[in-house]
Amino acid sequence: MAKVLEVNHLSKSFGGVQAVNDVSFHLEKGQLLAMIGPNGAGKSTCFNLINGQLRPDSGTIRILGKDTRGMKPRHVWALGVGRTFQITATFTSMTVLENVQMVFLSTHRRIRNVWHKTADLYRDEAMELLRLVGVESQWNRPCGILAYGDLKRVELAIALANRPKLLLMDEPTAGMGTKERLKLMELTSRIVRDQSIGVLFTEHDMDVVFGHADRIIVLSYGRLIAEGTPEEVRGNKKVKEIYFGTYAVPPCATSGV
Amino acid sequence: MGFYIVQFLTGLSDASSLFLVAAGLSLIFGVSRIVNMAHGSFYMLGAYIAYVIIAALPHTGISFWGGILLATLAVGVIGIIVEIFLLRRLYRAPELFLLMATFALLLVIQDLARWAFGPEDLIGPMAPGLEGSINILGTLMPTYDLVLIIAAPVVLLFLWFLLTRTRWGILVRAATEDREMLAALGVNQKWLFTSVFFLGSLLAGLGGAIQLPKGGADLLMDMNVIAAAFVIVVVGGMGSIPGAFLAAIIIGELGSFGVLYLPQSTLVMMFLVMAVVLVIRPYGLLGKPELEEGSGESFETVMRPAPKQLRLIGLGILGVLILLPVFGGKYQLVLFGEIALFSLACMSLYFMMGPGGMVSFGHAAFFGGGAYAAALLVHYVRTPMSLALLLTPLCAGLLALIIGWFCVRLSGVYLAMLTLAFAQICWSIVFQWSAFTGGDDGILGIWPAHWASNAVVFYYLTLLISVGGILLLRHLLFTPFGYTMRACRDSRLRADAIGINVTRHQWFSFAVAGVFAGLAGGIYVFSKGSIFPDEMSIPRSFDILLSVLLGGIESITGPIVGSSIFIWLEDKLSNLDFWRLILGCIFIVLVLAFPQGVGGFFGTRFSHFFGEASNDSNPIGKD
Repeated sequence: MAKVLEVNHLSKSFGGVQAVNDVSFHLEKGQLLAMIGPNGAGKSTCFNLINGQLRPDSGTIRILGKDTRGMKPRHVWALGVGRTFQITATFTSMTVLENVQMVFLSTHRRIRNVWHKTADLYRDEAMELLRLVGVESQWNRPCGILAYGDLKRVELAIALANRPKLLLMDEPTAGMGTKERLKLMELTSRIVRDQSIGVLFTEHDMDVVFGHADRIIVLSYGRLIAEGTPEEVRGNKKVKEIYFGTYAVPPCATSGV
Repeated sequence: MGFYIVQFLTGLSDASSLFLVAAGLSLIFGVSRIVNMAHGSFYMLGAYIAYVIIAALPHTGISFWGGILLATLAVGVIGIIVEIFLLRRLYRAPELFLLMATFALLLVIQDLARWAFGPEDLIGPMAPGLEGSINILGTLMPTYDLVLIIAAPVVLLFLWFLLTRTRWGILVRAATEDREMLAALGVNQKWLFTSVFFLGSLLAGLGGAIQLPKGGADLLMDMNVIAAAFVIVVVGGMGSIPGAFLAAIIIGELGSFGVLYLPQSTLVMMFLVMAVVLVIRPYGLLGKPELEEGSGESFETVMRPAPKQLRLIGLGILGVLILLPVFGGKYQLVLFGEIALFSLACMSLYFMMGPGGMVSFGHAAFFGGGAYAAALLVHYVRTPMSLALLLTPLCAGLLALIIGWFCVRLSGVYLAMLTLAFAQICWSIVFQWSAFTGGDDGILGIWPAHWASNAVVFYYLTLLISVGGILLLRHLLFTPFGYTMRACRDSRLRADAIGINVTRHQWFSFAVAGVFAGLAGGIYVFSKGSIFPDEMSIPRSFDILLSVLLGGIESITGPIVGSSIFIWLEDKLSNLDFWRLILGCIFIVLVLAFPQGVGGFFGTRFSHFFGEASNDSNPIGKD
C-alpha cells in the first residue's frame, strides 16, 4: 500500500542553525500522526518543508508516492494535501461560506471564470462542509470577525474541501479552550477515519496528543529522538528528559552547527 | 582628465542635496510609513527662507551660514506644525490617505510660496569666501561645490551616530523594523513620530538651503526633487540611510555623466535605474524585505451586492445623465462626458488597488497609452474611430501585460514605485520620440468619425462606453475572477495553499485594469481632438490616484464619487489664480473629515438607510 507521506533524511538549516536534521518518518491512510517537541524543535519548519513553502537542503519527501521536489505549495495542494496554519489564514474580506467556495472554485479550475456569479457556485457543497465541521450557523459572517475557535473550524473545512488524502495541521487547537480542543480533535479524528485521510499534526496540549494520535514522533533540536505509539513514547526516557528534565542543556551535542 | 574629475565631483555635489532630502524622506517613511509627497516642498521652503534671511542681513560669512542654519531650523519647525496639526490626526486612517494629505499639502505650499516669494526664479547669493573657482588639472570647478561634497558624508556620519549611539536612534530603528512591537513596549509613539518628522523636514530644509548658491530657488524645485528623492529612497532601500547615500551618488553621477553622453536620456535615466534595481533587487540595494503585515489590521469589508436603495439612486443618476442633452447645453455635455470617462479610468485603478491590493502610482501609462494608441492609429493608418476604440484597450492591455509582469513580483510601496518608473519611461519615450509621437507638440486633429461628430451623439457614445466599462468591471468583481483577486490580497499564504497561482492572477488583474484605463484614454483622445505627453505624466497618474482615494477604496461607488468631485472641482477652480491652494485646502478638509474617503463615509454612515447588512448583522452565537 502506498504510504500517504514518506519523509526520508530531511534536513534544513537557516544560516548556522540546523532546524531540521536528518529526519525520517512516514504516515499511512486513516492515521493520525502527532509531531511533538519543545518550541524551536523544528516542527513548523518540517511542516513548511512538506507543504512546499520551504525547500529542503537534502532528503526527500514523497506524498502519495510522488516526489515533491521543486513543488510550490499550490502544486503540493493539487496532489491532495490540505493544510491548516498555526495562525489561521483565511480570506478576511469574505464570508465563511465564500472562503470554502473559493477552494471549490480552485479545485474545479474556475478561478478565472469571468461569467458566473461566485455566489451561485458550489454553494451546497460548501454549506455541507460547514455543517460537517459545525459552523453552518456562521455561514454569512465575514471571516475577519469570527471567534478564533470558529475560525479554526473554518480552516478545517477549507482544508477538507479538495478531498485531501493528507491533512497537515499546525497546532489545530492553539488558542482554544480545553473543552473546545477536545471537541475539535474528536471531530477531526472522526472525519479522517471516515474519509481515510492521513493526518500529520503538531500540538502542545499533551491531552490532545495522547488522546487522539495513533502514533507520535518527537523532535528535539531538529532531530527525531523518538517514535512510536502513545504508550511507547510515554515510556521513553529521552522524551521525559526533554519535557521534564534539563531544558537548558541540549540532550546531546548535535552536529552541524 | 581634469574635465572628468570635475564632472565626477559635480555629480557628487549634486548627490549631496539629493541625499539630504532622501535621508529625511527615508527616515519618515521608515518610522511612520508616510509616503510624504510634501517632502520636496520642505526642500523648496528651505531654499526660499534661506534666501530671504540672507538677503535681509549684511553680506558676511556669519550671516550667510547663520541664514542657512536658521532656514533649516525654520523648516524643521514647519514640519512639527504639519505633523501635529495634520498628520497626527490621520495615523489611524489607511496609509494612502496620508499620502493624499501630504499631496494636498504640496499643492498648498506651492501656491503659498508663489504668493510669498513671487513667481520669478531667484538666484542664490554666493557664500562669502567661497565665491571663486578652483582649478583641477586645467578645469575650473566652483569652490562651493566642495562644501556640498563634504556636507553629505558629514550628515551621514551624524545620522549614523544618532541612530546607533543614542536611545532615540535605537527607538527609531526599532520602529522601522517593527512598529507593532514598539507600541507594545510602551514607547511614546506620538513624541517619536513628531521628532522624526522634525528631523526629516529639517534635513530637507537643509538640503534646499545649502544648495542655494548653486541652484537658487524656484517654484518647480519641489516637484523636481521629490521624484528624484523617491527614486533614491527606493533604489537604496526604504528606511536605509546608507542605502540612500549610495543611491544618491549613483543618481548624481548618472545625471552628471548622462548629460555628456546621452543628453536626451536625462529625463528617464533615474527611472530606468530604479526599474532595473527593483527588478533585480525587489527591496532596493540595501533594503530588507518588509515584515509580513499582521492580518488583524485589515479593514476590508465583505463585498455585497448594492442594496435596492443604492441601485435606485444609481439608476436615477443614470436617468439624469441620459436626459442631460434635453436640458443641458454643450458645456454640460462636455463636462459630464469627461466625468464619465474619468470615472472609468478611476474605476480601473480602483479595480487593481482595492480588490487587487496593488497600488499604482503610474496609472496614466495605461490611460495615456490608450490615448496615444488611438491617436497613432488614426494619424498613421487612418483607422476609423470605431475600430480604433476597439484596438485601443487591447494595446493598453498589452502594455499592462508587459509592465505588470515586472510589477506583480513586488508588493506594497515598491510595486507602486515600479509602476511610477514604468509610467515615467513610457512618458519619456512619447516625449522624446518626436519623429513618431510628435513629442511635446503632441498629435492633433484626432476628431470623432462623422457619425459621432455631433456633440449629443458623442456624449451618448462616451456615456455608453464609460458606464458599460464601469458595469463590466463591477461584474468582474462578483465573478470567481474578482473573488480570486481578493483572495490573493487577503492572504497570499492561504491562496497559495489552495492551489491559486497568486502572481499570475495578479498579473492578469493588472492587465484588466490596463485594458479599461486604455479604453477611457481612447475615448478621451477623440473628445479632445488631440493628445499630449502630459496625459501620461506623473501629475496625471496622481489625478487618477487622488480621485480614487477621495472617493474611498472600500466601495465600488467610491471611485465614481471621487472622480466626479475631482473633475467638477478642476472645472470650477482651474482658472482661478490660486487654485492649487484652494484645491489643496479642500483636500485637506475632506481628508480630515472623511478619513475613509467620501464614498466610504456615506457608505457606512447611511448603511442603515440603504438597508445594507452591516458586518455583524448575524447575532447567532455558537450553538
